[in-house]
Amino acid sequence: VARTSHWIMRRLSHLDGILLTLVLLLLGIGLAVVASASGQSAARISGHLVNIGLALSLMVVMANVPPHLLSKVGPPLYAAGLVLLIGVALFGEVRNGSRRWLSLGIMAFQPSELLKLALPLMLAWYFHRNEGALRAKHFLAGGVLLLVPVLLILRQPDLGTAMMIGASGFYLLFFAGLPWKAILGGAALGTASLPVVWGLMHDYQQRRVLTLLDPTSDPLGDGYHIIQSTIAIGSGGLFGKGWMEGTQNQLDFIPERTTDFIFAVFGEEFGYLGAILLVVLYLAIVARGLIIAARAPTLFGRLMAATLSLNLFTYVFVNMGMVSGILPVVGVPLPLMSYGGTALITLLLGVGILMSVATHRQLNKT
Amino acid sequence: MSVATPLKNLDRELAGFRRRLKVGGAFVVLLATALLARGFYLQIVQHDYYIQRAESNRISLVPTAPNRGLIVDRKNRILAENYSAYTLELTRAQTQDMEATLAEVGKLIEITPGQLRRFRRVLSESHEFETVPLKSKLTDEEVAILAANRYRLPGVEVKARLFRNYQAGPGMAHVVGFIGRINDSDLKHLREEGRDRNYKGSVHIGKTGLEQSYETLLHGRTGFDQMETEASGRAVRMLSRIPPVPGKDLRLYLDVELQAVAEHAFGDYRGGLVAIDPQTGGVLALVSKPGFDPNLFVDGIDPETWKELNESPSRPMVNRVLRGIYPPGSTIKPLMALAGLELGLRKPSDTIFDPGYFSLPNSRHQYRDWKSGGHGVVDLRRSISQSCDVYYYRLAVDMGIDRMHDYLAKFGLGEETGIDLDGESPGLLPSRDWKQRRWKKPWYPGETVIAGIGQGYNLTTPLQLAVATAMIANGGKRVEPRLVQAVRDPLTHVWQALPVAVRGQLALKPSNLEVVRQGMMDVMRPGGTAAAAAAGAAYTMAGKTGTAQVVGIQQGARYDASRVARQNRDHALFMGFAPVENPKIVVAVLVENGGHGGSTAAPIARAVFDYYLTGKRPGNMKLEASGGAD
Repeated sequence: VARTSHWIMRRLSHLDGILLTLVLLLLGIGLAVVASASGQSAARISGHLVNIGLALSLMVVMANVPPHLLSKVGPPLYAAGLVLLIGVALFGEVRNGSRRWLSLGIMAFQPSELLKLALPLMLAWYFHRNEGALRAKHFLAGGVLLLVPVLLILRQPDLGTAMMIGASGFYLLFFAGLPWKAILGGAALGTASLPVVWGLMHDYQQRRVLTLLDPTSDPLGDGYHIIQSTIAIGSGGLFGKGWMEGTQNQLDFIPERTTDFIFAVFGEEFGYLGAILLVVLYLAIVARGLIIAARAPTLFGRLMAATLSLNLFTYVFVNMGMVSGILPVVGVPLPLMSYGGTALITLLLGVGILMSVATHRQLNKT
Repeated sequence: MSVATPLKNLDRELAGFRRRLKVGGAFVVLLATALLARGFYLQIVQHDYYIQRAESNRISLVPTAPNRGLIVDRKNRILAENYSAYTLELTRAQTQDMEATLAEVGKLIEITPGQLRRFRRVLSESHEFETVPLKSKLTDEEVAILAANRYRLPGVEVKARLFRNYQAGPGMAHVVGFIGRINDSDLKHLREEGRDRNYKGSVHIGKTGLEQSYETLLHGRTGFDQMETEASGRAVRMLSRIPPVPGKDLRLYLDVELQAVAEHAFGDYRGGLVAIDPQTGGVLALVSKPGFDPNLFVDGIDPETWKELNESPSRPMVNRVLRGIYPPGSTIKPLMALAGLELGLRKPSDTIFDPGYFSLPNSRHQYRDWKSGGHGVVDLRRSISQSCDVYYYRLAVDMGIDRMHDYLAKFGLGEETGIDLDGESPGLLPSRDWKQRRWKKPWYPGETVIAGIGQGYNLTTPLQLAVATAMIANGGKRVEPRLVQAVRDPLTHVWQALPVAVRGQLALKPSNLEVVRQGMMDVMRPGGTAAAAAAGAAYTMAGKTGTAQVVGIQQGARYDASRVARQNRDHALFMGFAPVENPKIVVAVLVENGGHGGSTAAPIARAVFDYYLTGKRPGNMKLEASGGAD
């Protein structure tokens, strides 16, 4: 018994106390909001608890995997992800007009989810291998590694995920030292090619952008989500209407309110003060992640920690921006708050990696 | 060197990485600031706007239509009432294929072609989300069949609704009128008057008759339930409730049995009759023949039936008492006589010699008397009882058109009587001014001559004649005719009498009034023009007959009723009151193409007098039993 508890203590010693506290706080808030948004549905709450339990366990596991082992997983995981994406393109299941799902008999699976971790791992591994001798060709190669999965996901089509994965890859290249000239040149090129991109966009994607610019143009269709969620947030005011007291929430006006639009429920019931608290908590996670990155002994650890931190906040920004009506509606959940197992697992695996980088410092140094 | 370079590179890369961490951190802070700025805008700056949007999302007002007031006659017999029935209603927006749905419904229950036509017409005038009734008064069996098949007929509903029933039949249609579905122009009027909110939840509005003129009283006030509502529209709970206030009940002066007697007395003739109480102006009977079935209109009339009613040459939709304008003919003579006396132009004893015609000085044109050869020596009383034209030709010329117009106007001619029904015609009382304005021509002396016997430009409604006659009966009091005598609040159950409306009092010398009344009594006595109609009456009556020409008669030709097609025969007129000592009822009758007033119009008035004063019904008349209320 003593040995078992000692083993458990050693596993848990790899958890970063600050990150764990912040994560548990956000998960707690998320649980409360899911409870309110689901009308205290026992099934939703227990489902969410199971997801949280599973994801936290995987986070603990991940925190115990030393970064040098983790870096080796990058290339095979990336390769597997690419194969699955090609598989989706060939045999994928069409749901809601896009081919994203791969049926695995008993369950369906979105391979793009895998790339959210596989791409940064792959790139970090690649740059780590070439540490100290990084040249333009490495960044070019990194760019190719980034573009292949992003283009495959764009084809599905899944603009939101493609952008998120593209962003994570870009952050990694950026932290690896992608020259500013390349960044600015790319930005200029990107801006110039906007009309072309617009032309390549699917009707529904164009509509979402147009709806964002003027939600009232289609108040019962695409605009409905944005209109109702901004009403919810705006009507929350400074202090909010109180937990379980949001009328937009309780009376079913907010669509997808346990998942992608959970921030509308939060904003309505907890107000602007609640929103500030939430943003501060996310910022704290990012700050902690950046500190971990700064202290990380290896390039792999630095790149992973910095990228995962920025990536998390990108999810927060895209989700809150969409729910409060400043970004188009793309299917991105709010980290640590939204109901949904896959996203939560991916996210806490990422936090696990951060913890691993944080706690394997001394071990690696010696 | 080969070792030093990578190490130097490593240091440089690490320093670069730390710089980039700061850039990354700054980027995140920038994004967070954007989010918080947006939050500030929505939750602080725009908070009031959004809280209001959220409230209007949350709260919906569900209107509850009030029960419409009842209309009863003077003995509380119901003329218009409500009943609840199941109707089959369709909503276009919810049916996938309207034609297929109609076909399907037609297989389940019987839908007549008329119902289908009516439905299509109403549908074409309705919005997509409006429910349109297809068939009302469903039997229990039909309700059951439709309920069982509801699942496969989206947009088809069976609803319990309040309906209006006019059980008094076609004879009351011109009095009670009817309600119909609120259409776009009704809605526009309601909006202009700011009353549209009170019609949320109402399907019907009064279109004609009392239903129209007393709409605001009958309708009541719509109640509102403030409901907390889910996004799907499902009401969760009631927040507050303003109950509807039911409409007021109306009690009329009118007696349906008297009305039926009058209608029956018309036989096949078309025309109008109005009986009023000379003291109050209360309308005791108001008949316009032919009538129509008001129930046809309640849920939209089918186009064919409407066309038939609207285009029929007998014009059943026109209320002849209010809107039928006819030359008053000889019925104007008692008024002219009073004018002559009051203006000092005649004394009762003044006589003229009637050779059978009248000519203006310096003119060879002969204005003939209706009696060839003339009436000989005629005083004022005889001029009325014999209806001597020449007496009034002369009087008219002595009076002149200006004085004639001004005096007759005091009896209400040329002016709306102010009855509590809409659409009344003012008729026409000609004057020099009027002719100049209307025709830009001077007044000719010959026009004064024929105006003296109620011909020429003169046009009056039967209702105007009744009011003028009432002034003779009541001594110059000009009453406004009223159908509604009292109003009842259905909550308190107390009848509240409406005030009697008097427009003024015409000062008349009693002796002048007496002689005119005597002349009108002579009309009903042996030797008078309506003597036959008065034979055997147990009370005294006074009256005056008249005929109004439909086709002009040429100089030198004679009018022979038997040789003229019925639609070209003269209209017969009669006005009178009874009993003379204490007048209780005034009647004005117009019988279209009835020929002479004494033979067709006066007997109708007699039947009305008889029933009202003695309770005697025409021998060959059966009355349907009608139920009373309270």
